[in-house]
Amino acid sequence: MSQERRLRILVAKPGLDGHDRGARVIARALRDAGFEVIYTGCHQTPEQIVQTAIQEDVDLIGLSILSGAHNYSFPRIMELLKENGADDITVIGGGIFPLEDIPRLKEIGIKEIFTPGSKLEDIVKWIRENVKPRKMDAA
Amino acid sequence: MGNKIFSESAIERIEQEYKEWLKDYEKALQKLPERLERFSTVSDMEVKPLYTPLDIKNKDYLEEIGFPGRYPFTRGVQTTMYRARLWTMRMFAGLGTAEQTNERFHYLINHGETGLSTAFDFPTLMGYDTDSPLARGECGRCGVAIDTIEDMQRLFAGINLEEVTTSMTINPPASVIWAMYIANAENEGYDRKKLGGTIQNDCLKEFIAQKTLMLPPEPSLRLVVDTVEFGTREVPRWNTISISGYHIREAGATAVQELAFTIYDGITYVEECIKRGLNVDDFAGRLSFFWNSHIDFFEEIAKMRAARRMWARIMKERFKAQKPRSMLCRFHVQTAGCSLTAQEPYNNIIRTTTEALAAILGGCQSLHTNSLDEVYMIPSEFAVRIALRTQQILADEVGVANVIDPLAGSYFVEALTDRMEEEALEYIRKLDEMGGMVAAIEKNYPQMEIADSAYRFQQQVESGEKVIIGINKFPSEIPPLEVIHIDPEIERLQIERLHQFKERRDKVKLQKALDELRKRCEGPPCWENNVMPALIEAVKAGATEQECCDVYREVFGTYTDPASF
Repeated sequence: MSQERRLRILVAKPGLDGHDRGARVIARALRDAGFEVIYTGCHQTPEQIVQTAIQEDVDLIGLSILSGAHNYSFPRIMELLKENGADDITVIGGGIFPLEDIPRLKEIGIKEIFTPGSKLEDIVKWIRENVKPRKMDAA
Repeated sequence: MGNKIFSESAIERIEQEYKEWLKDYEKALQKLPERLERFSTVSDMEVKPLYTPLDIKNKDYLEEIGFPGRYPFTRGVQTTMYRARLWTMRMFAGLGTAEQTNERFHYLINHGETGLSTAFDFPTLMGYDTDSPLARGECGRCGVAIDTIEDMQRLFAGINLEEVTTSMTINPPASVIWAMYIANAENEGYDRKKLGGTIQNDCLKEFIAQKTLMLPPEPSLRLVVDTVEFGTREVPRWNTISISGYHIREAGATAVQELAFTIYDGITYVEECIKRGLNVDDFAGRLSFFWNSHIDFFEEIAKMRAARRMWARIMKERFKAQKPRSMLCRFHVQTAGCSLTAQEPYNNIIRTTTEALAAILGGCQSLHTNSLDEVYMIPSEFAVRIALRTQQILADEVGVANVIDPLAGSYFVEALTDRMEEEALEYIRKLDEMGGMVAAIEKNYPQMEIADSAYRFQQQVESGEKVIIGINKFPSEIPPLEVIHIDPEIERLQIERLHQFKERRDKVKLQKALDELRKRCEGPPCWENNVMPALIEAVKAGATEQECCDVYREVFGTYTDPASF
């Protein structure tokens, strides 16, 4: 049996929102915590994000959005993951979300939402406790 | 150098006394040590316990501080400053449809706002119409959706465009949106020579920080120069670039980085305009700046004072400007969005007030004060009214607008102003060595400098070294707050309206206008190929924002985020 591999994480910015301070700080913090991190950069469509996640064989997608367009992009990403048989990838979100949107986002399968003021160490801890490397099909 | 503030003998005596005082201080610390291991600004610049004449002992008053409205303008760009005219109270506003935003404009004007500032939604900022697949879910969320000249007409309905100045935060598509503004104003019977306002039009800071990315740097600069050239000839009251530090700071830069990168962006624009053949004194007077006012009170005041002195010296010495007007760092200020907290949001009123006070003491020409709920959403009427009233209270009740540059001569403020300038000049030397800002951007240099500062700050917050009340000291939950909601239905309505508009256009006339735009883009940059006249014709013929920007994208290519972290 091979050793359990390091978690691979995709930090992604859906939509036209250019506020990337949070995404880049988180990407760096996750890398410093020992994860393998891929960052998409800004202005990604749901299709591009899901494609990158599959190609890069990630265990977790962290979506960062501050524009308020999450009610379109988050459900679309979840739908595309399912269509591509990749819905075992854990998805979390970070950014600005009206409080009443959070239960709806969790209903569609977003595992956790981190709002402004979240501590980096809490995010790292959450990932360590809740995300395991995906089992890859031999095919 | 006969203008030293202190005589040599006075300095000698002060120095002796200072040494004695330091001994007292050390002794006192043995009884009760300092509260912190290290005292520093929010930008992590360490500060001493006390500043004295010794810190400014070499200061030449006339050379370095001088008088308001006189070189090097450290004390202000106008002779009379707020004694004659207050700063323009200009609240950044935009939400939903053009009608909704127009309503907000009138609300603000009715409550005493003195200038307009438009926030566009993300599709508009990126040069996409609301019906683009890339715009899904974004319509009207972070600002107003503007696709056509008719949207522009609705946006400014009932507002006198020769009386009110309008600022528009728009960057890669700035030329297109400006053309729509001019075309609409002309349709309404206004004279373009009398229109006053600002387009942000600062493409460099997009690559550095704000990431509204459309075209590569070189053609982006070409379009900026086209607008400057057109403004110089045709719209002389317009500020054609608002060289912006705001977004650089929000992305995590320190005050010095904000100052240095922004001033260097300004240097780059001036160089590009001169390369086009423009005379520096013909256009430099219409360049304006935009600073962030962050939470560290004295640091911000020092930064703004240093900016004025630096820009004046650069314009005079580096670019040989002759007219004093060309040397003025006139600027807008916005209080720091990134200093606000979602936790205990009413505390944001206090943060914004402090930051606004710094902007006023820093000598701003116009000011936006953030609303307490902007961490959640576009501000509600309730919140934006408090934010506007904050400026009015500072202007009329507190007395800070009565005396020009009242902090000049403060040992600390003058020493900090000097240090801001020195450290920013260090960056400017480095950028010169790198071959300029475009070369530096291609090397990812400013982007990574900012990312490093942002990460360091976050670590300092996590360790408690930097305190944010409600976050890492007296932590509190995010409470539910009454905020405005953008109805997702407006996206469908805006698309429907856009499609109806497209149906009504004279297709032949439109195509001819877009062909002319393309021809000019393909040609060498010069007045005959300036895009502005073609754009004004195109939008009058019904070209949408995206149709014009698609021409840009097809001719010039696109640029994607290098995704460094």
